[in-house]
Amino acid sequence: MHNGTQKGNKNSSKEDAIYEVYQRCLIIKPGAELDHHNALKIREEADKLIERKNIKHIIFDFTGTSFMDSAGIGVIMGRYRKVIFIGGKIAVANVNMAVDRILRISGLYKIVERFDNVEAAIKSLLG
Amino acid sequence: MHDKNEMLLEFESKSQNESFARTVVAAFAAQLDPTIEELADIKTAVSEAVTNSIIHGYADKPGIIKMHCILENNEIMVEIIDEGVGIENVAKAMEPLYTSRPELERSGMGFSFMEAFMDSLEVKSEPGKGTTVIMRKKIGKSRRT
Repeated sequence: MHNGTQKGNKNSSKEDAIYEVYQRCLIIKPGAELDHHNALKIREEADKLIERKNIKHIIFDFTGTSFMDSAGIGVIMGRYRKVIFIGGKIAVANVNMAVDRILRISGLYKIVERFDNVEAAIKSLLG
Repeated sequence: MHDKNEMLLEFESKSQNESFARTVVAAFAAQLDPTIEELADIKTAVSEAVTNSIIHGYADKPGIIKMHCILENNEIMVEIIDEGVGIENVAKAMEPLYTSRPELERSGMGFSFMEAFMDSLEVKSEPGKGTTVIMRKKIGKSRRT
């Protein structure tokens, strides 16, 4: 409904997410709510891009996300397992208080690094 | 708020109703004047319980989920009830990181989140009969004098 024309990539149905590829980085920008309902769609779309675009690193940009539950943790952990074998990393950016609590309580910061914004994450990941 | 208030909602076991249930519980709990953080806690816990009913209780097959809430003495009680397959071993299901459906990329953190975000959690389940999750949370703990 709202995210009509974002750069380049298909932002399939309404709220799930917007995807952008920069070199070997995949930037995933989930919609307002990341729960089990849209986690399945994000997983499918992300994995397609990871394979086709030879993705090494993934950045989750939570700019527009005000709600996330354990399904979001599942999505991040699932993508981590995909890229870890090729030396890839997972980063999160623009994390607000609600998402930060979930990431902290789940212990996910042990495997993902947090950055203030996407640019800082790209800079660190691509060196 | 000292008056007791109660509500019961029934909805189909469909994943798009996860956000519906969260929205309803937040609107109902708003009567206790919760903080944004308390509201987020309740929404997350309800989301986890309803998702469990959908993917485990009914295993993505049709079914009815009930959400029963009582507000009393600055406390919210939320009950999520399904008549699905039930849980053989509740203690095992509640272990952090345990999931019976890893193919769905479940993180195994659902019950841990319910425990972390609410004051109490009780799970009643009988195989073949269904599962009821009862959660309670005091609202406005920090503000009360």
